[in-house]
Amino acid sequence: MIKNLRVKTSKFIDETYKISFKFNGKTYYGFKGDTLASALLVNDIHLVGRSFKYHRPRGIMTAGSEEPNAIVQLHNNSSRTEPNVRATEIEIYEGLEATSQNCWPSVNFDIGGINNFLSPILPAGFYYKTFMWPASFWEKYEYFIRKSAGLGKSPTEADPDIYEHKYIHCDVLIIGAGISGIMAAKTSAKNGFKTLLVDEKHYLGGSTIYQNSEHFKINNQVSNSWLEKEINEIKKIENLEIKTRTSIAAFHGYNFLLARENLTDHLPLDQRNNKTRHKLLKIRAKKVITATGSLERPLIFDNNDRPGILLCSAINKYANLFGVACGEKNILFTNNDTAYETAINLFQKGIRVEAIIDNREEIDSNLIRNTEKHNIKIYKGFTVVNTSGYKRINKVSIMQLSKDGQKVVGPKISIPCDCLGISGGWTPAVHLFTQSGGKLKFRDEDQVFIPDTYSSDQISIGSCNGDFTLDEILIDLPKTLKKFLNLKKTDYENLEIKSSFNKSKRNIWLLPSDKPIGKTKPFVDFQNDATAKDIKLALREGFRSIEHVKRYTTTGMGTDQGKLGNMHALGIISETSNSKMGELGTTTFRPPYTPLTFGTIVGRNVGEYFDVFRKTPIHEWHVQNKAKFENVGQWKRAWYYPKDNETMYDAVQRESKAARDSAGILDASTLGKIDIQGTDASEFLNRVYTNAWSKLAIGKCRYGLMLNDDGMVYDDGVTTRLDENHYIMTTTTGGAATVLGKLEDYLQTEWPELDVYLTSVTDHYATVSVCGPNSKKIVSKVIPSLDLSDENFPHMSFKNTKIDKIKCRVMRISFTGEHSYEINIQANYGESIWKKCMEAGKEFNITPYGTETMHLLRAEKGFIIVGQDTDATVTPIDLQMDWIVSKKKYDFIGKRSLYRSDTIREDRKQLVGLLTDNPDEVLEEGAQIVADVNKSPIEMLGHVTSSYFSPNLKKSIALGVVKGGKKMMGQRLIIPMENKKINVTVADPVFLDKENKRLNA
Amino acid sequence: MFVINCPYCGVREQSEFKAGGEAHIVRPKQPTELSDDQWAEYLFMRKNIKGVQFERWIHTHGCRKWFNMVRDTSNDEIKAVYKMGEKPPIE
Ligand SMILES: [Zn+2]
Repeated sequence: MIKNLRVKTSKFIDETYKISFKFNGKTYYGFKGDTLASALLVNDIHLVGRSFKYHRPRGIMTAGSEEPNAIVQLHNNSSRTEPNVRATEIEIYEGLEATSQNCWPSVNFDIGGINNFLSPILPAGFYYKTFMWPASFWEKYEYFIRKSAGLGKSPTEADPDIYEHKYIHCDVLIIGAGISGIMAAKTSAKNGFKTLLVDEKHYLGGSTIYQNSEHFKINNQVSNSWLEKEINEIKKIENLEIKTRTSIAAFHGYNFLLARENLTDHLPLDQRNNKTRHKLLKIRAKKVITATGSLERPLIFDNNDRPGILLCSAINKYANLFGVACGEKNILFTNNDTAYETAINLFQKGIRVEAIIDNREEIDSNLIRNTEKHNIKIYKGFTVVNTSGYKRINKVSIMQLSKDGQKVVGPKISIPCDCLGISGGWTPAVHLFTQSGGKLKFRDEDQVFIPDTYSSDQISIGSCNGDFTLDEILIDLPKTLKKFLNLKKTDYENLEIKSSFNKSKRNIWLLPSDKPIGKTKPFVDFQNDATAKDIKLALREGFRSIEHVKRYTTTGMGTDQGKLGNMHALGIISETSNSKMGELGTTTFRPPYTPLTFGTIVGRNVGEYFDVFRKTPIHEWHVQNKAKFENVGQWKRAWYYPKDNETMYDAVQRESKAARDSAGILDASTLGKIDIQGTDASEFLNRVYTNAWSKLAIGKCRYGLMLNDDGMVYDDGVTTRLDENHYIMTTTTGGAATVLGKLEDYLQTEWPELDVYLTSVTDHYATVSVCGPNSKKIVSKVIPSLDLSDENFPHMSFKNTKIDKIKCRVMRISFTGEHSYEINIQANYGESIWKKCMEAGKEFNITPYGTETMHLLRAEKGFIIVGQDTDATVTPIDLQMDWIVSKKKYDFIGKRSLYRSDTIREDRKQLVGLLTDNPDEVLEEGAQIVADVNKSPIEMLGHVTSSYFSPNLKKSIALGVVKGGKKMMGQRLIIPMENKKINVTVADPVFLDKENKRLNA
Repeated sequence: MFVINCPYCGVREQSEFKAGGEAHIVRPKQPTELSDDQWAEYLFMRKNIKGVQFERWIHTHGCRKWFNMVRDTSNDEIKAVYKMGEKPPIE
């Protein structure tokens, strides 16, 4: 029989707007205003999921973001699917489809449920202890663990939704629109502060807005109607912005906060297209007022996790806000007055309360007396010792507590029920406060952590500050606000308040049982199935720090971050280890407070906008000519140009051969270019490069090696003297920005007396490099006015010239060992010059080549690539480049480090050439180099840094770094691979044209 | 994320800046005359203070100027910013 547990019309529910939704494949109905949880409860559905470890049936436990159990998968198998959505937070909409998680084949019959019976052998740390040995078995274990565990499924298709990021600056940010937040917002905005009020729910007023009881009054009006008027008033204030469905994810230092504004999750699916789903708000507030309220604590007793067991405040909210009865035979179990407020509300709505079990013995308050008037049986000084009912609670067993609360006495009484409300008092929601760097203090009288010292200009107000009752909140608030906002007066002076709530509480972290603890399951963390027994076990095994206990037992590590049970875990640790709560500290509350979707985090930075890339002015030509690209730093560089389905290897062989046989052309625009000017420019270069620069003639180029002060190679490139006090430096493509940064650092901080100015001009010039024996002929066709004779324009020199009236700089420099020219021209002419060179080179079969061929050609010449043949442990001496290190210069960056005891060691790894016995065998870059494979462990002498098959030498060549390699010329070494050993001989790293004849060919 | 008062540009978000390690470490004028130990002291040894620390920062996405900052690393409070070459305004 289908039940309808809607008991009373609520103004938050629109009964004229019926919504159908599916849960586990079956269609149900709710109304606009329902959450998935309230709509399921109307249909008498409590069982919504299975727990993580034992696969125990679990039901809806709360009515908010702290929900540990009722997490569902939305829209399974669609691109909009999302796991771990809390049923208590999602508003229902037409088309909603939700399924239970953690169960197979169904929530009603779950094979994993067998873990529940195996639980005696699944204690805390079980996974650590059991599956770690032998290590080789791990792969097998992992497969089964992953299959049976896991929280939900991730989508397999691209997310169709749109996400945005937005910056907000305000004077005062107020987090939480409960009664304190509303009053703070009104006070702040009315006094001229630009104010932002955010709340995670779609309505304002927090829990007071449905507190419709004669027991709570402000200025003689029932608290909710008083608050309603306030809300209507603040909606009209101009400099107050209100954002609902907006939850703060993180509260960082300097009042920087991240919030997620949810814009479409409550809309019918067909109304979401082309709308922004979530906005990530990056809020910088001058002042922050945290009014996040408090979370009700559960009580910890045997089998406290059955479907049908909810927090008292949740039962109250479902009845008052949604008009839903969570059960027809309710029992409330409490250690404070909350249950009585709930009981009276239920009674007024005609929902039956069988009994209240209160662990306090001597208690009295208006609320309690009133409850007794309604003939609700109260068991004072009792505790629940057990519950029964597998998929829904059907009975509680209670016993009397001893005076000290340490054990139970007397006979066991059983009371049938279909719903049990529990209340262990309240915990201030201090998560955001601590994220911001605030320090907590422990208040012994009611066993709560409350804000103590703040790290920025902020305050906490209301129950997140430990003021739980209406009178406490309203009496303190005006004073606090006046001080914080520096005001003389608020609208809330001398409010008349009636609050019937008595603050007394009997706090027992772990309630006693008639059974030994080993035979009970008192859950502390419901999502991760951590019990009080697990925590005690962890302590017995020697864990002391709360952070260690947390990790060992996984308490507080679920998607709910243990919002419900963390305090009890602390309490049990403190009681068991005889330490004080205040001294134990708490675990760290890390952002996000509630989970964020990846979409929200990345915003618009998806697809091609995920990572920006830089294109050279000749990029489009490369694209049209089918170049494959490689990423170098942020650049897209042409890698190789395959012709007619060529493989990369074939293309590179062809390009390399063509460049040496006739002519090749390379887009070198990505090389970093730094314009250096000033009367001390030469002196500056002397200090930053290892070689001498003072005597470089105007119009000449020189190769330079740059070190860090630790003596290790940092960058290299050719620098040209354009004029007396004017140089242009080239850097590696990837190093451009860091080299400029480093040079600026030295100029600004070490040598401010030098008259030198640095400007990055990388993007201002396109660079076309033409090389090969026919390069001279080609360039003379492109620039007929330029005298290319060796006398006028020798290797390592530069000319200012013009191509069709456009100024350009031509350098005769070479990274391939071939006769070659680099034409630098204003960037927007880059493609046209490239095309001119292609046209002029047609008769010489000019061949465009990419970075791979460039790497191969330079390797044939033994030229290094910084970052490939070097890492941050290689000196110029290690590279056998002693010739470039000036002995005469008094100092340069890195000089002193070149004769530290470590850098002068002869057994350092040094760059050498490597030739394989089999000329067709190409080594793998990164492969280890050894001398003796029989030694155990094998001594690693170094590794291969560059390796190619040279089409010009018709053999395999490689560069590598080898310990003491300089003295090993001709020596035989071994490259051990997975299935073979490759024999190599140490050789000169210059493989081709040692005499540099080709430069002038 | 801090808010940093660049001595040249004014108040900006931390994302515009980069930290550059401990401040007031002067590169020796005559490195060649130092022993290995003395050179290593300059090259490798840096303090990592919990508390008030003098640091170098650069306004990377702004004026590109280096400057100094006094920051309490335990709570990220910025106590002072001042230009390169200037004496720290606090001890
Ligand atoms: Zn600046």
